[in-house]
Amino acid sequence: MERMEKSAVPADLNVMKKNDLRLIAALVILAAAAFGGVMLYARLSTKEPEAVVYLEGEEKGRYPLSENITIEIRQENGNCNILQIKDGKADMIEASCPDKVCVRQHPVSRQGESLVCLPNQAVVEIQNGQEAEIDTSTN
Amino acid sequence: MAKKTAYMGMLTALAFVLSYLESLIPINLGVPGIKLGLANLVVIIALYTMDTKMAFTLSLVRILLTGFTFGNLSTMIYSLAGGMLSLGIMIFVKRFPVFSVTGVSVLGGVFHNVGQIAAAALIAETGSLFYYLPVLIFSGTIAGTLIGILASILIRHLTKTENREQSN
Repeated sequence: MERMEKSAVPADLNVMKKNDLRLIAALVILAAAAFGGVMLYARLSTKEPEAVVYLEGEEKGRYPLSENITIEIRQENGNCNILQIKDGKADMIEASCPDKVCVRQHPVSRQGESLVCLPNQAVVEIQNGQEAEIDTSTN
Repeated sequence: MAKKTAYMGMLTALAFVLSYLESLIPINLGVPGIKLGLANLVVIIALYTMDTKMAFTLSLVRILLTGFTFGNLSTMIYSLAGGMLSLGIMIFVKRFPVFSVTGVSVLGGVFHNVGQIAAAALIAETGSLFYYLPVLIFSGTIAGTLIGILASILIRHLTKTENREQSN
């Protein structure tokens, strides 16, 4: 058993210890709390969300989610993403990259959400824009 | 020595195949990065039945192999960041007799996602990806639990077989 001697503490081979369960519970609670926080933050904001397009970290344009529009994000090197804003949601409908992770992502609409195309270094982030005029009644 | 080499080769092949298998069944829940992490099963087995150095080599070789075969450079940087942070955390936690295999695997799963998000945030130069962190902590915990339970059963059988062979 030369292999086992190398670890200072003998390997614990229980399937599940009390500490494991505590860890799992703590992580689930942490995730739920963080998720709740993010949702609450998005809901409390009364500003009208905008889709902000970034290429290599540089802002390229802002588009309010209230207007239906299709934007072609074309770069000098030929890379291209097509962003569609429809019914208050932003969705990447096409990408020139091979993995298409951003296309498979669900449409985004809430503050802080984003669509990311890593190969093209293109990011669409939902941010708060102007204070919405209609929403003030809910305060 | 020869036996160790054969074992290592077998684990590497297994990790490679499991990565491929996982790429065939993409779980699409709308959030990028949610996956089971089947290859991590093999890394954990290496960590417990061999040593730290072997587990590190296995993980690195697996990432490079799958990266060159099925992925591209950006996916490779991604999995490298996730895989290395995950393994580093697992090696660290395993030193202390606090968690069993399952707990170690859970932390590995969670930090794999943390590493990937951090790498993606650096590459795309945006902090907005951390929005997905709560969901990915949750998915990492679930995946890590399943993989951990499976790993602890397999490790127990593997070490039992080894003991029997040596007593014969």
